[in-house]
Amino acid sequence: MQPKPVLLKILDGLAVILLGVATYFALVKAPTEQVMGQVQRVFYFHIGTAWTALLGFLFAAVLSLVFLFTRNLKWDRFQVAAIEVSLVFFFITIVLGSIWARPAWNTWWTWDPRLTTAAITELIYIAYFMLRQGIDDPDRRARFGAVYALIGGISAPITFFAIRLYRTIHPVVIAGGNPEAQGGFSMTPSMLNAMFVALIAFTVIFIDLYWNRIRLGNLEDKVEQLKLKVML
Amino acid sequence: MTVKSSNIVPTKTDQRSAISAPSSGNYFKAVSAVVWKDLQAEFRSRELFSAMLVFSLLIILIFNFALELDIKTRQSVTAGVLWATFAFAGTLGLNRSMTIEKDRGCLDGLLLAPVDRSAIYFGKVISNLVFMLLVEIIVLPVYSVLYNINLFQPGLLLVILLGSIGYAGVGTLLAAMSVQTRTRDILLPILLFPVIIPVLLAAVKASSGFLDGAAFSDILLPLNILIAYDIIFISVAFMFFENIVEE
Repeated sequence: MQPKPVLLKILDGLAVILLGVATYFALVKAPTEQVMGQVQRVFYFHIGTAWTALLGFLFAAVLSLVFLFTRNLKWDRFQVAAIEVSLVFFFITIVLGSIWARPAWNTWWTWDPRLTTAAITELIYIAYFMLRQGIDDPDRRARFGAVYALIGGISAPITFFAIRLYRTIHPVVIAGGNPEAQGGFSMTPSMLNAMFVALIAFTVIFIDLYWNRIRLGNLEDKVEQLKLKVML
Repeated sequence: MTVKSSNIVPTKTDQRSAISAPSSGNYFKAVSAVVWKDLQAEFRSRELFSAMLVFSLLIILIFNFALELDIKTRQSVTAGVLWATFAFAGTLGLNRSMTIEKDRGCLDGLLLAPVDRSAIYFGKVISNLVFMLLVEIIVLPVYSVLYNINLFQPGLLLVILLGSIGYAGVGTLLAAMSVQTRTRDILLPILLFPVIIPVLLAAVKASSGFLDGAAFSDILLPLNILIAYDIIFISVAFMFFENIVEE
């Protein structure tokens, strides 16, 4: 097992520091929102995790194509790592959104298009892992995972656009889309700052976790090969 | 190409026609061979069809108790109940169809044939689609009679066709994957349902639109979504089916 690269150790430290900075900006430095009050602060981490998770899923779908064309198992390990980290981040997004929703909309959950799509997307990638668990042959596991990640990755935006064309109550913070969307708020520059700090922080945290997860995947692979050697 | 005619060698005409036939002819022949095999096998045993049909009727029965279908509610939930029924019964058909292929070694036999793998995919999609449509064609009048709603409207039939095409298209690919895993049958619904949501969504919207007599401009959007989904996903499945079945 190769020792941790220096760059990764630096990234680990940087991720922790940035998390602290983002927390400070979100909880202390950002102004309190006028209408919703303190609970709005959840928004900064909600956006941070949502943005990275969705990019992660998109990246995984691209990795599917790369694997299917190159048939090099390392792309499969990259994909598993991407989906695993994105899955956790997206779950955090959903939970934070729920926490925000309770005081804001007086309900933990609603079947608004964006939330429904989020739930479906989460289930697609949970199903990805259930699919992989049922296959022993690594090559087949990689192929099936790649095809399913591709299909799931394509269906998620389609699902979103299919239901978004109907009424939505999710705040449309960045303009465009449904003009009839109720609920929205504009951000002051200091709030924008906090949001960008959170975005950058979570991107770095994502990359850090992703790299660590890839190393873990490489280790898992080595263990499997050793097991096979011992069995034979 | 000349072949000496003799009693032992297969006739010249067979060989020549097999070699000089255009590849598209072979492809089409392969697809229809797969479809015909499935239809014939099913016609003899009728196990798939009867299971799907009885299951559908039982689901409708359960919905009768699950939802209070008084006359007013009935109108609004018919589309949803129908599509839930088709989705669940469809899973049954897809699972069984691919399990038969695997267990009886048909899939291996098909893979040995010198034809593009996607022909197998299209053949299976068409036969799965035929089974689904057969079941739906029977469920519709039964539902109409039981709940006193006329379901034989051309618009509704179109939606059912488009939705079933999308369902069978994606379902065949995912079923081909799930039968090769340890968890087999159980895995198909888990894989299929999240991905098939746009179909169910658009199909239910379009179906209830047609049943309620909504303006065509309202129904056009879900119909377009259905058509777009069918095209996109069948193309994707067609491109990647080979990766699923290779050894």
